[in-house]
Order: sequence, then C-alpha cells, then structure tokens
Amino acid sequence: MSDTKLGSVQWRFVATTAIGLIVALAGSACAGAGGGGGGSNSKTITLAAVDNPQMADLKGLVSEFQKAHSDITVKIVTLPEDQLRQQVTQDVAANSGRYDLFTIGTYEVPLWAKKGWIENLSPFIAKDSSYDPGDLIPGVSKALSYNNNLYAVPFYGESSMLMYRKDMLAAKGITMPDHPTWDQVAAAAKAVNSSSVSGICLRGLPGWGEQLAPLDTVVNTYGGRWFDEKWNAQLTQPEFKAAVNFYINLVKSAGEPGAGNAGFTECLNAYNNGKVAMWYDATVAASNFTGAAATNSAYAYAPHVVKDWSGWLWAWALGMPSSSKKKDAAWTFADWATSKDYIKLVGQKLGWAHVPPGTRTSTYAIPEYQQAAGAFAQVTVQSIANADIAHPTVQPVPYVGIQYVDIDEFQQLGDQVSQEFAKVIAGGQTVDQALQKAQALAAAVGKKYQT
Amino acid sequence: MRASAAAAFSRDAWARRLPLLPAFIYVFLVTQVPFVLTIYYSFFSWNLLKPGSFQFAGLENYSALLTNESIRTAIWNTVLLTLAVIGFSVVIGLGVAVLLNSEVFGKGLMRTLMIAPFLIMPTAGALIWKDTLLNPLFGLLPYLLTPVGLGRVDIVNQFPMVTVVAVEVWRWTPFMMLIILAGLQSQNPEVLEAARVDGANAFQAFRRITLPLVRPFIELGALLGSLFVVQTFDSIFMLTFGGPGEDTTNIPFLLYLVAFQGFSIGQASAIGVVAVIITTIVATFALRTLFSIFQIEARR
Repeated sequence: MSDTKLGSVQWRFVATTAIGLIVALAGSACAGAGGGGGGSNSKTITLAAVDNPQMADLKGLVSEFQKAHSDITVKIVTLPEDQLRQQVTQDVAANSGRYDLFTIGTYEVPLWAKKGWIENLSPFIAKDSSYDPGDLIPGVSKALSYNNNLYAVPFYGESSMLMYRKDMLAAKGITMPDHPTWDQVAAAAKAVNSSSVSGICLRGLPGWGEQLAPLDTVVNTYGGRWFDEKWNAQLTQPEFKAAVNFYINLVKSAGEPGAGNAGFTECLNAYNNGKVAMWYDATVAASNFTGAAATNSAYAYAPHVVKDWSGWLWAWALGMPSSSKKKDAAWTFADWATSKDYIKLVGQKLGWAHVPPGTRTSTYAIPEYQQAAGAFAQVTVQSIANADIAHPTVQPVPYVGIQYVDIDEFQQLGDQVSQEFAKVIAGGQTVDQALQKAQALAAAVGKKYQT
Repeated sequence: MRASAAAAFSRDAWARRLPLLPAFIYVFLVTQVPFVLTIYYSFFSWNLLKPGSFQFAGLENYSALLTNESIRTAIWNTVLLTLAVIGFSVVIGLGVAVLLNSEVFGKGLMRTLMIAPFLIMPTAGALIWKDTLLNPLFGLLPYLLTPVGLGRVDIVNQFPMVTVVAVEVWRWTPFMMLIILAGLQSQNPEVLEAARVDGANAFQAFRRITLPLVRPFIELGALLGSLFVVQTFDSIFMLTFGGPGEDTTNIPFLLYLVAFQGFSIGQASAIGVVAVIITTIVATFALRTLFSIFQIEARR
C-alpha cells in the first residue's frame, strides 16, 4: 500500500513536471517565433507617440517619409499622455526594446539621460550637415540636453500665456495689458464673471502635468519654491501659501464650474463655447480655437507678481532608447520629423496653422506661418525664449524645471499634492490643511536628496 | 492482490485526472506564479525609476505600511464603498425583482432595460455619468436642476464617494435583481394563494413566506457582488481618479498609484499581499457564515 502510494506521488510529480516543461517550451517557442518575425535585419521602427494634434499630423505624413526611405517602415503607436508615460517608463526601465523612438518631455530627458536609458543624439546630429541644431530655440534645446549634449530632438514646444475674449472684456470696459499682473487678471475675471460666463478657466484637475503646471507658475512668480538649496521643503512658506491661496480663491470666485475636473481639454471646450472669458494655459491652445473664440481672442504674456516672465517651458521631443536595435533607422526618421523641411511639408500639405510650434527659430521667419499663427506666434516664441528652467523663481533652487521639479519622485509627489489642492477646490479642506500634508510629502522626498 | 487493485484504482483515477491537468496547470501558472512573484518582490526595495534599487529590504515595505496613512484611508474607503454598494443594490434589486415578478404589461422589455447597466462596459458607463449626466457645464442633471437654482453644482467633486457609490449601485442592482428574480420565480404560487386564503395580507405573505425563500439568493448575490465591488477600479479611475485628496482611493486604486505613478514595485507588491491576506480572512468568515445559514435554511 505504502509502495503504491509513493509510486503515485512520484508519478504525479513526473507528470506535472513533464507537462509543465511542455507548456514552458511551447511558450518559449512561440516567443522565439514572434521575436524572429521582427528580426533585426528588417527596418520596421516603432514610435510611441503622445496623442496630440501635431502627432496626428505626423502620422498622416509618414507616407511622405516612406517615399524617400522605402526601406524603413514606421509604426506609430499613439497613447494619451499618462498612458504613454507609464508604458514608456516600464519599457525603458525593463530594457525591453519594444520601441525605437518615443516622445518624451523636458521632464524625462535629463533624468533618463543620466541613467543611460536614452541615446546621446549629438553624434547622430553631427552626421547630418543640413540639420542645423543652432536653429533650435535655445531654451528648448537646453532643456533637452544633458552635459551639453542633445539627448532628444524637439518636435513641439510651448510656454504658457493668457488668452482672453476681447469682446467680453470690452463689454465691461476692461483693457488687458501685454504683461498683466495677476491682480489685474483677477480683477478682470471677477468683473466679467456672471451666471452664464465664468471669468477665467484655470486647471483644477489633479495631476502634476495638469493642475500643478499653471499653479506652479503662479507659485514661482509669487516667489515661492518647492525646495531651498538644501532640499528642505518650502511649501508652508508665506510665498507658496499666498500663491496657492490666490489661485484657489480665483478659481472659486471667478473660475469655471467643476474646476476639480477641468484640465486642458475641458478648459478648451469651455473657452471655445464661450463659457469662460479668459484662460491661462499652454500657448498651443490658441491654435485649437474655433468660431468666436478664434476671431475675438487676444493674447497676453503669462501674468506676473514678483518674478517677470513666469511662463512655463515644455517640449515634446523624440528620444531614442538605448535598447533600440535599429538606431540608424530610428535616427533617420527622427531627423526627418524634426527638420526644417518637415515644417515646410506640414505647412504646404496640411496648412500653416498645423505647423508644430516652438522648436525652430526659422519657423517664425516663414511669412505664411506668421500670417497663420498671427497674434500668438510672437507671444509663444518670446515666452519660450524667456523661460529659464534653471532659475524658475526668485530665490535659487536645487532643481531645474518651471512647472515641475525635475526629480524622479515628482510624478507621484505632484499628483498627491494636486489631489490635496483639488480637495480644497471642492471645499473638503482649507489651504493650510492641504499645505501641511503637502509639506510632509515633499519633506519626505527632499530627505532622499539631503545626504 | 490488494496492492494491485489499489494500483488499478490509482491508474483509473489518473485516466480521469489527466485530461484536466492542462487546464489545472494553466490556471496554476497564470494565477499562482504571479502571486509568488508578488510575494518575492514585496521583500525588495525595487523602484523602476531607480536603476540598481533591486535590493533585499526584508520587511521594510511591510513596516512602511504600518505607518502609512494612505493605506488606512484606502482600507476604510474600500469597506465603506463595498458595504454601501452591496446594501443599496440588494435593497433596490429586491424591490425591482418583486415588481418584475408580478404580472405587469411589458415585463420582458422592462427586464431587458433593467439589465442594461450591467452589460455596459464599466469605463463607458462611468464616462457617461461623468460627462453626459453630471458635468456641471454640459451635463443633463445640472441642466434639469437649473430652475431650482442648483445648476452648475460640481457633483462629482463635492460628493465624490456618493457619486462613485451611485454609479456602482446603478451597475450592480441588475446583478442582484437577476439573482433574486431567479429565486422568486422558483416560488410556488400556490403557497402564496394558500397564505391569502388563510387571511395574510400581501406584506405579511412577503415578509413571512417570500423573503425567507429568497434569502439564500440574496446572500449569494451579496457575497458574489462584494467579491467584485472590493476590486472596483474602472469607475474610480474614470470618475474621480481617487480624489479629491484621497477621498475615493480604495485599495486597488492605491496599488495602481504606487505601482504606476510612483513605480515602486516593492511597495506596491507589499500592499497587494496585505490586501490578499485581508480579503482572504474576510471571505473565509463570510463564506462560513453563509454556509451555516444555508444549512439552517435546509434544515427548516
């Protein structure tokens, strides 16, 4: 009896192992076959791209690229910003080499370059005499560099500005200066605010890339900062507190309804539908205006308090993971998509309003573009030129970044802090309570940098 | 002799087991291997954003949970959400099931309409609620409330938990209704007729005869439902993203934030393991009580 029992146990073990092995082998065989299909000889490159209008245009123009480079097939995967960030981060951290190119922002480039996750593009640029890296807008190329080498090439750049409806402000007898102060903006917002039209749209949607972007520029111009030179969190300092109080009070008294859910898209909808009279947001927003919003809008530089030129700086750029096995083919495409010729191609094929802004100085010298982008082209290029990512606020800071802090932890820290502010907007707590929690979160992050 | 008979029996048993093995191994591989890996990772201080951070950390991830306020909030939110959703959807589901069990005109159509919310994809359903119904600028509800002066109220942000509960109740009521309706339809109408002859009014008949009959069905629905509601993620992601603050962050959503916003794989794994332990304990107790109820019912 005991013999057979033992036999049965052994049998079970053998059978389980055998079948386990078969399953495992079958699995790896499939994986091998799949991997082989994409083999390193074929020139199919995969680009993970952020879902925005400029990238959609790029997708439409890929056939033009393939006319000239029939040996390279380009596959573009578009994802919303937050999904893209997750996918690409996992891909690059796990070194899986799924993508040969991806769109990353000024936030990622220095961090990832330091870790060796992305390829230094300067040697590639040097090989192409027509690329003219000196034509890239200096502030943008600085933000995409690490140790003075470009690690990503800009596809699109933006700053922030104030957009307003001339007709609505004029009806109340208000004229907005080119360089307004936040107090002037708040006064105007309160004056035009009514039950059918809100004074101003300011992002309230939690997220470091949503609500915190405009809010951080307000903090900067009030003279606040996230950390002092020794990485001590500064969120409960008077300047920071005053800025957050100002922003949230303005949202509550003259902002859009449902501010807690309003991000870029929601504000754009509200502005296009004439539900808000002013909007402080990305410079790119103006190219999406339709109807009365397109014809009756005027633009002012980012409002200021203490520090001048408070506009943010952001660029979507093409970066190449170090794990890519088709770097030359990938560069050929990145070169084409960020060249002067691409900008002309977009203008001729899709219309000059579609041109990706904020990357090259030469773009702003094209007469057709000046005509199409009109009033906001000048504000855009000036704001970008005057945005200094190394000196975002009045006092010195140990980090770079204007509307963000360029450290790995900021994604989570920023999201948590903006959630606390959203709770204030919804009426669930006071600014002081939110800042107490935010200070504790930031202090925990700062501690990691103090040793 | 006895040994060979036993061997034959064993062979026989294997002949029956063998066809099941592939399925068993498949289920084992896709459920248990990830779980074992999760336990393994929970002992490492691994953050995807920090190359070289894959180092043994002992119980550090677990001790961090003890001092972490977020996890306590998340557990409380999970409990609150589950109890509220199951409670409301059972009561409403029972009411609707009773109505649909009576003879009314257009019963088939009504039943189909009632089931609809359960068939709509959770993400799509949550989006419809958030944008089409509740959006303070363009939503239907604020538009309807404007005459009473309540238009432009930001319902999702001012009452985040209430909104999530409402959407989940809307989704789970049909499920409860279906299960309870099955119970009601197994009832012999003659029993109710007999009760009526004996002078019981409709409420008494319902309270004394129908309710005890459908009780096991209610309990089954509540148990199955809570297993799913504990894991609610889609509607929170779409409606509130866990906020404002941490007002609607439940355990699955906290795990998502730690794993995919913070990329702290070690910390997220520890949360996952603790969540599994807690749910297992709760589920065991729930199942045990449930089965004892079944037995009592059977003895009656």
